[in-house]
Amino acid sequence: MREKVYMVPNQPTPNRAVDFNPDICNGCNRCAQICRNDVLMPNAEKGKPPIVLYPDECWSCGCCVQECNRPGAIEMLHPLNQSIVVIWKRKETGQEFRLGMKNPPAPNTRPAAG
Amino acid sequence: MTTWHEYLESGLPAPEWPYPVRYGSEIEVETDVLVLGGGIAGCHAAINAKRKGARVVLVEKGATKWSGHGGAGVDHWLNACTNPCSRITPEEFIESVSRDCDSYDCGPSLYINAQEAWETLLDIESMGVMVRDMNDEFKGAAFRDDETKLMFAYDYKNRIDIRVHGHNVKPCLYRELKRLGVEVHDRVMITGLLTEGGRQAARVVGATGVNTRTGEFYVFRGKASIVAMQAPGRLWTFSTEYRSMWNDLNNAGEGFAIAWNAGAEFVNLEKSWPAMITPFSYIPYGVGNTSNTWHGTPIVDTNGKEVPWLDRDGNEVRTAEERFEPSPGQKFILGPGQHVPHTYENDPKVLAPDLSERIRKGEFVLPLYADLTRLPEKERRAIFGLMVGNEGKTRIPVYDILTKAGFDPDKDMLQVPVLPVDAYNKTSGVNYWAGKAMPLLRAGAGGLLVDWDLRTNLEGLYGAGGTVSGAGAHSTAATGGRYAGRKAAAYALTAAEPIIDPEQVRKEKARVYGPLQQKKRSIGWKELNAGICRIMQDYCGQYKNQETLAAGLRLLRELREAECSRVYAATPHDLGRALECHTMITVGEMVIQACMVRKASNKFLSFSRIDYPAMDPPEWQKYLPIRLEDGEAQVRELPLDYHLRPPYAAGYEENYRIHCEL
Ligand SMILES: Cc1cc2nc3c(=O)[nH]c(=O)nc-3n(C[C@H](O)[C@H](O)[C@H](O)COP(=O)(O)OP(=O)(O)OC[C@H]3O[C@@H](n4cnc5c(N)ncnc54)[C@H](O)[C@@H]3O)c2cc1C
Ligand code: SF4
Ligand code: SF4
Repeated sequence: MREKVYMVPNQPTPNRAVDFNPDICNGCNRCAQICRNDVLMPNAEKGKPPIVLYPDECWSCGCCVQECNRPGAIEMLHPLNQSIVVIWKRKETGQEFRLGMKNPPAPNTRPAAG
Repeated sequence: MTTWHEYLESGLPAPEWPYPVRYGSEIEVETDVLVLGGGIAGCHAAINAKRKGARVVLVEKGATKWSGHGGAGVDHWLNACTNPCSRITPEEFIESVSRDCDSYDCGPSLYINAQEAWETLLDIESMGVMVRDMNDEFKGAAFRDDETKLMFAYDYKNRIDIRVHGHNVKPCLYRELKRLGVEVHDRVMITGLLTEGGRQAARVVGATGVNTRTGEFYVFRGKASIVAMQAPGRLWTFSTEYRSMWNDLNNAGEGFAIAWNAGAEFVNLEKSWPAMITPFSYIPYGVGNTSNTWHGTPIVDTNGKEVPWLDRDGNEVRTAEERFEPSPGQKFILGPGQHVPHTYENDPKVLAPDLSERIRKGEFVLPLYADLTRLPEKERRAIFGLMVGNEGKTRIPVYDILTKAGFDPDKDMLQVPVLPVDAYNKTSGVNYWAGKAMPLLRAGAGGLLVDWDLRTNLEGLYGAGGTVSGAGAHSTAATGGRYAGRKAAAYALTAAEPIIDPEQVRKEKARVYGPLQQKKRSIGWKELNAGICRIMQDYCGQYKNQETLAAGLRLLRELREAECSRVYAATPHDLGRALECHTMITVGEMVIQACMVRKASNKFLSFSRIDYPAMDPPEWQKYLPIRLEDGEAQVRELPLDYHLRPPYAAGYEENYRIHCEL
C-alpha cells in the first residue's frame, strides 16, 4: 500500500505498450530515438529506462524492440483486448493456450526466416 | 518504473519535457530537391534524386530509420514483371489491371511499377535486404527458383510477386540515404507548401514545418518538391482504446491537405473502400486467417473438419500448392492489397465463399482454426517463418511474441476470432483479423493526379506513393519514388532559383502556433479527431445524397471555426497532433466536395448515391479532377485514359520510354 496518494488521471489505454527490464536496459535511448510516435521519452535520470509517455499512441510495430541491441531489455505488449483472443490449440493433446496465460508452455525457440 | 503514472506516484515532480523547447525560432534550409515524407516512396525518391547529382533534403515527421507503413517490414514484393522468372510482361499486366479497374486507378504509376519493380528490388538487395533464399532453407520448394533462389507468392506459375525478408527494409534505406549524403530532418512535420509569390497554383518553391520535439519552425526552400506523405489514415475511425490502428498515426493526410491548399488537382477522392481494419479488429496477421501473408492456410472447424478451398469456377482445390496456381484458363493471379477489385480474371483461389451459410446450417462448428500443420513443411515455414517473420508489424508483434509464448506452427492450430457469422464470408481475401467489418465504415482512397513525369499540375511539385491516386502498395511506392526522384532532379538541375514569399511564411507560422495560445474551453486532439470522424461516418458514409453531403461540409466548417479553433497543445508533440486535426478537416472537405460533384453511382469507386442510384451511367465514366481556387472547389472532366491521349503517346511503353529519364 502506498503511503501517499496523489491525484492522477486515469491511465491511458493501452496502459503500458512496452515493458523494460531495468536490469538489462542501460538507458541508451536508442528505442526512444526511433519510435515513430515518441511513445517513449528519455528518463531524466541517466542510465534508466525511458518513460512510456504516450502508450495510447503505440502502433504496436515492434521497431523499438528491433532497434534495441540488448536482448531482453524491452518487450512489446499487445493491449489486452487484442491479446486475450490470441488462442491456440495443441493438436496432439487438445490443450488450449493463450497469449498472457498464467502458466504458458515452453517457448518455441526457432527464429524467423531471414 | 515504466509509465508516467508510476513515475509520478514515486513522488518525483512532474517530469519536464526532455527536449529543449524553442517555439518560434526559425530554421532555414535550402536545397535542389525537397522530399516531403521519409517513408518508402520518400526514401527511394531521395536516393534516386541524389544519384542524379542533385542536392537533396528529406523531411520526416517520425524517425526515417523505421517510419511509415513500410517501416515495420515487407514480405511480398508485388508486380516484379521483369524478373528473370516472370511469365507476365508489363504490357500484359497493365492490360489486365486496366480491365479489372474499369480503367480507373491505373495510370502511369502502375505501369512504371510493372517496369521497375524488379530493378528496385535489386536496388534494395544491394543495400542489404535479403531478397533471395541465401541460406537454401527452401531448396526444392514449389515456390522457389533454384537457379536465382528467388521465392514467389500467390501465383507460383507466373511468378511476378516475390517473397522477401524485408523486416529491415527501412534501416537499409536509411543507411543508403546517409551514405549518399542526403540531408535528413527527422521529427519535422510538414505543415504547408510555399508557392511563388504566395499565389495558389503557382510554382512550388518550398515548404514549412514544425519540429514535434523542440517546437522550432522550419522554412525549406527547394527547386523541386516531392510529396510522399501517404494517404490520410484516420478520417473515418479513430480510437486509441479500440485499436483502429492499421494506419500509422503519422499519416494524417498532410500530403493531401498541403497540395490542395497550393492548388494541386486530385482524383478519385470520392472512392471509398471497406475499412481494412475496424475499431473492433484484431492483431493484424496475428490470429487465424487466410489473407495476404497467410494465403493458402488450411482452415478447420472445432472438430477438425477442413473448410474447402475453391477455384474461381467453384471447383475444389486439392493440394496446398494448387492454392497458389491460376485456375484453368486464367492468365495470372493478382497479388493482394492493391486497391484493384477482385474479379473473375484476377481472383486467387479462395476459402469456400459460402462459409457463413454453411456455418449457419451446422456443417462447420465455431470456433475455426488455422491449421498450418496440414501443409508441407516448406509451405508452412514460408507462411509463418518467412512471411509472418518479415511482414509489416509481424516480426516482433506476431512471430516473436507468439513463439516466445509457446506457439509452434508444427504442432499448434491458431484460433480464428469468433465473429458474427456473416463476417466469415469472402471479404477482401478473408482477413478475419479485420474483425466485425461493417460496411458503414469506409476508408478513403484516391489522391494526386499526376502525368507521365509523376508531376502534378503545379510546376515543381511531384508525387509518389500513397499520396498519388492508384499507387497503393509497397513496391508501387518504391518505384514511384524512384521515378519521381529522377524527374524532380532533372527539373531542379535546370530550374530557376526559387523565391519565397515572406508573407506566406508569416501567415503559416501564425497558424502553426495557434494551438499553443488557447486558454478558454480548450479541446484536445483526441476528442477533436473522434469528432471529425463522426461527421465523416454519418455524412460521408456508405450511402450518400446531396443534402447530407452538404450538411457534412457545413459541420466540418463549423467545427473548424468553433472547436478546432480552441484545440490546445501542451507540448511540441501535442502541437503536431493538434495541427493534424486541421489537416483532417481540410481532407474531409476535399472528400465531401469530390463526392458532391459525382452525381452518379459508380461500382469501381464503391460510390453509392441514394439520389442517383443508377449504377455506372456511361456519361459518368470519367475522372473529375478537383482543385481549390480562391477558396472554391473547381472541377473539370478528364477521360480515364488521359495518359494515353495527346499530348502523350497512345501506348504505355512508348510513354514510359519518352519520359522515364533513364
Ligand atoms: C502492416 C503493414 C504491412 C504491409 N505490408 C505490405 C507488403 O508486404 N507488401 C506491399 O506491397 N505493401 C505492404 N503494405 C503497404 C505499404 O507498406 C505501403 O503501401 C507503403 O509503405 C506506402 O509507401 P508511402 O511512402 O506512400 O507511405 P509510408 O511508407 O507510410 O510513408 C509515409 C511517410 O510520410 C511521413 N509523413 C506523414 N505526414 C508527414 C508530414 N506532415 N511531414 C513529414 N512527414 C510526414 C510518415 O511519417 C511516413 O514515414 C503494408 C502496410 C502495412 C501498414
Ligand atoms: S530498451 Fe534497449 S534501446 Fe531502449 S534504452 Fe534500454 S537498452 Fe537502450
Ligand atoms: S511498438 Fe512501435 S510505436 Fe510502440 S513504442 Fe515501440 S516503436 Fe513506438
